[in-house]
Amino acid sequence: MKMKYLKIAASALAIIGMNACKPSADKTSSGSFLAGDAAEKVYVKPGTHDEFYNIVSGGFNGQLSVVGLPSGRMLKIIPVFSQFAESGWGYSEETKPMLNTSHGFVPWDDSHHVALSTTKSEHDGRWAFINGNNTPRIARVSLSTFRTEEIIEIPNSGGNHSSPFITANTEYAVAGTRFSVPPDNNADVPISSFKQNFKGYISFVSIDKVTGRMGIKFQLKTPGVSFDLARAGKGKSADWFFFSTYNTEQANTLLEVNASQKDKDFILAVNWKKAEEYLAKGKGKKEAAKYAHNVYSEETHSATSTILNEVMTLDPKECPDMLYFMPCPKSPHGCDVDPTGQFIVGSGKLAAVIPVFSFDKMLKAIANKTYDGNFDGIPVLKYDAVLHGEVKKPGLGPLHTEFDGQGNAITSFFVSSELVKWNIAKLEVIDRVPTFYSVGHLSIPGGPTAKPYGKYVVAYNKITKDRYLPTGPELAQSAQLYDISGEKMKLLLDFPTVGEPHYAESIPASLIEKNTKKIFKLEENKHPYVAKGEKETKVVRKGNEVHVYMTAIRSHFSPDNIEGIKLGDVVYFHLTNLEQDWDVPHGFAVRGALNAEILVMPGETSTLKWIPTKVGVTPMYCTDFCSALHQEMQGYIRVSPAGSKVPLSWGTGKNPVADAEKKVAKR
Amino acid sequence: MKPLKKISQIAIIASSLLLIIAYFVPIWRIDLWAPQYPEGLSMSIWLSKLSGQVDIINGLNHYIGMSQIKEEMFPEFKILPYAVAAIIALGILTGLSKNRRMLIGFLVILMLSGVVAMYDFWSWGYEYGHNLDDSAAIKVPGMAYQPPLIGYKELLNFGAYSIPDIGGWLFVLLGAITISTLIFEIKTNK
Repeated sequence: MKMKYLKIAASALAIIGMNACKPSADKTSSGSFLAGDAAEKVYVKPGTHDEFYNIVSGGFNGQLSVVGLPSGRMLKIIPVFSQFAESGWGYSEETKPMLNTSHGFVPWDDSHHVALSTTKSEHDGRWAFINGNNTPRIARVSLSTFRTEEIIEIPNSGGNHSSPFITANTEYAVAGTRFSVPPDNNADVPISSFKQNFKGYISFVSIDKVTGRMGIKFQLKTPGVSFDLARAGKGKSADWFFFSTYNTEQANTLLEVNASQKDKDFILAVNWKKAEEYLAKGKGKKEAAKYAHNVYSEETHSATSTILNEVMTLDPKECPDMLYFMPCPKSPHGCDVDPTGQFIVGSGKLAAVIPVFSFDKMLKAIANKTYDGNFDGIPVLKYDAVLHGEVKKPGLGPLHTEFDGQGNAITSFFVSSELVKWNIAKLEVIDRVPTFYSVGHLSIPGGPTAKPYGKYVVAYNKITKDRYLPTGPELAQSAQLYDISGEKMKLLLDFPTVGEPHYAESIPASLIEKNTKKIFKLEENKHPYVAKGEKETKVVRKGNEVHVYMTAIRSHFSPDNIEGIKLGDVVYFHLTNLEQDWDVPHGFAVRGALNAEILVMPGETSTLKWIPTKVGVTPMYCTDFCSALHQEMQGYIRVSPAGSKVPLSWGTGKNPVADAEKKVAKR
Repeated sequence: MKPLKKISQIAIIASSLLLIIAYFVPIWRIDLWAPQYPEGLSMSIWLSKLSGQVDIINGLNHYIGMSQIKEEMFPEFKILPYAVAAIIALGILTGLSKNRRMLIGFLVILMLSGVVAMYDFWSWGYEYGHNLDDSAAIKVPGMAYQPPLIGYKELLNFGAYSIPDIGGWLFVLLGAITISTLIFEIKTNK
C-alpha cells in the first residue's frame, strides 16, 4: 500500500516537474533581441517631433493611418474609402461623390497597400496612393492636406489586390486583379468556363506629373491567373513591372487545394514602355466598361464623380515581347525589387527557399529565347536561366521583403513568425528576430525605393494575443519597431495600430512637414454656397429645399436662430468656417441628424443635409472645442408643420421671432 | 559761426536719405505670445499700413471687448508718408545750407516729431486698451489692455512686446547722427 502511494506521489512530482520545464516564449526582455537602450531610442521628448512619418494602410477599416516613428504615436486617421462620421467624410454633400462607383455609393472598402510617390524611385513626399481591394479602386491622398483627393474605380477587376504600386517617376500606379474575371461587358458566363473566358486584367493608371490626376491608360488582358503583389523596376529595370501570381492552375473552386498543386507559379514581367509603344502604334482596343472617377477640388471644397464608359485594352497575343513569365516556387506572394533594380525577390509563401531573380539574366534569357514553353501564348523563361540564386532555409512562409540600402534584405515570415535579414549578393542569412505574432507586411523607411533610409524596420503582425491589455474578443493590431542600424536587429517597441494594417511606408518627416497646409484661404474659396463673411449669410428657399448660407467663427454661428422650416423640407446647412488661423476647426451637429456631424477646417465650406423628422425646436451646436466660449456656440432651428405660415427668418444677435412677428403685425 | 564741415554735411544728408528705406519696411512691431500660440503672433506697423496677423489678433480680442484694429482707425497713415518726406527734405536742406543754426533747428524738429509720434502711439494704445465693449464675454474688473509703449507687458494669457522695427531704428539712427554731428561741430569748429 505504502509503495503505491509513494509511486503516485512520485509520478505527480514528475508531472509537476515536466510542467515547470514546459517551453515558454519569453515575451518581454530577457531575449537578446530586445535592445538594452530601447526606451531611449524610441523616446521622443514632449514638444519634439518624430523623425519619420509612417503612412499605414487601415485594412478592413478602409482608411489610412498616420503614425510617427520611432515613437509609434498615431497622429491621424485619413478617411479614404470608408465613411467617417467623425469628420463627415462620405456624409457631407461635398464628399459623398468620392465614394461613388459603377455599383452606386459604396461607403466602405478593404484598403491594402500604400505607395508613396517617387521621383527617380526616391520618395518625393507629394502623394500617398492606396488600393481598395474589394470594390476595385485606387485613391490618391495629398500629403500636404492629408486628405483624399481622388479615387478611380478599376473595371474588369474582381478585387484590386496587386495595387497601387508605382513606377519610378510615378508615371503609373498599377492594378492587377486578384480574381480573374470575364470582361465586364460580357460577364454572364458559366464559372466553370474559367479557362476559356476569364482574364487576369492588369490596369496601368497614369498619374499627371503636376496635378496627380489619374486615368486608366490601358489594361493588359493577360491569361486567367490571380495577381497578388507587384513592384516596378528601378534604374536599369525601370521600364519593367513585376507581378507575382497564384492559381496558375486556373482553378475556380477550392483554391486552397486546387491552386496549390503546381510546383511553381509565376512572376510576370511586363515591359510597360513596350506597352506604350504598342498603344502608340494603335494596337489598343477600346472596350465598353463602366467605372467611376471621383475628384475632390481644394478650390470648391467639393468632389465630382464622373462615370466613364470605355477603357483601352491591349491583348498580349497581338503584342509580342511585352510579357514574360518567370517560374517562381509555390504561390509567390511578395515580389520585391532591390534598390539597384537588379534583383527581384519572389516569396513563395509555401516554399522552403527565397528565389532571387536577376534582371540582367532575365534580359539575356529573353534575348536568347531560353524558354521553358509558354503559358497561354506568353513565353515562360527557364527558372535556372533567370535565377540569381536561392536563399536556403530562410524560415517558413516568406511573405514580403524590404531593403536596408546596405546590400541586405529583410523578409517577413508568417508561419515561423520572424524577420530574417539576409545578404542579397551572397544569399546568406545574417540575422533573425522573432515577431509577436505572425508578421505580415514589413516596412523600412524608404525600403521599397532606390534610397532606403534604413535605421528601422516595422513588423505589422497579424496576430496580437497577449501583447496588450485585453479588450475582449477583438484586439488592437500589433506593430513592432526594430532597430536595424547594427549587425543584429533589436526590438525597440510594440505599438498598437487601428484597422488591420497591410502594407505601410515610412518617409523622413523633413520631406513632408514643411509642405503641410495650415488653412484654406477664404478668398480662394469657390464653393457655390460659400458665405465669406457674416454679411453674406442668408437662408434661401427653393420649393421644399432650404439652403442655409452659414458661417462659423469663435464662437458663434451666423445665423444661429432659424425659423420657417417646415416638415417635408430638405435643409442644407452650407457652413463656412471664417477662421484663418491654424488649428481652429469648427464642428456642426444637429439633433437627430440621420447622417453625421461635420468638421469644417478654416476657410472651408462643408454641407450637412438635414431632413427634419419632428415638429419643434431643434438645437444645433459646434462639436469641436474652439474657444473658451465653445460651449456657447449653439443655436436653434424651429420646425413647423407642413403647410405652416411661419415666415422664413434668421439671424444672430437679435431675436428673429420677435422681428418676424413685428413685421407680420405691421401688415 | 563757421559753416558745417563737409563730413557733417555728408552725415546729415546720408542719414536723412536712409529714411527713404522706411517707406518699404515696417517701423514698429508688436509681438504677442501665449500658451496656445507657441509660434507667436505679430503685427507690423508701416508708414501707411498694417501687416501681420491682424485678423487673428482681432478675433482673439473680441472676447475681452476690444475694438477691431483696422487701418481706418489710424488717420496717421495719411499724414506719416508726407511728414517723413518733409523730414528727409529738411535734412537735405540742412546739409546743403552748411548752417549750424539750421542743424540745431533740424535736431529740435526731429526730437519734437519723435515725442509727438510716441505720444500719439501711446494715446492710441490707451484708447485701444481702455475702450472696451460692455457686452464683452470676458470682463476682468480693473483690467485694461493697453499695449506697452515700448518693451514688454503681460496682458492676461498674452505677453506683449512692443519694439521698433527697421524703419523705427532708422529714425533713431538719424537722431543719433544729428546729435553727434552737432557735438562734433561745436567741439571742432568753434
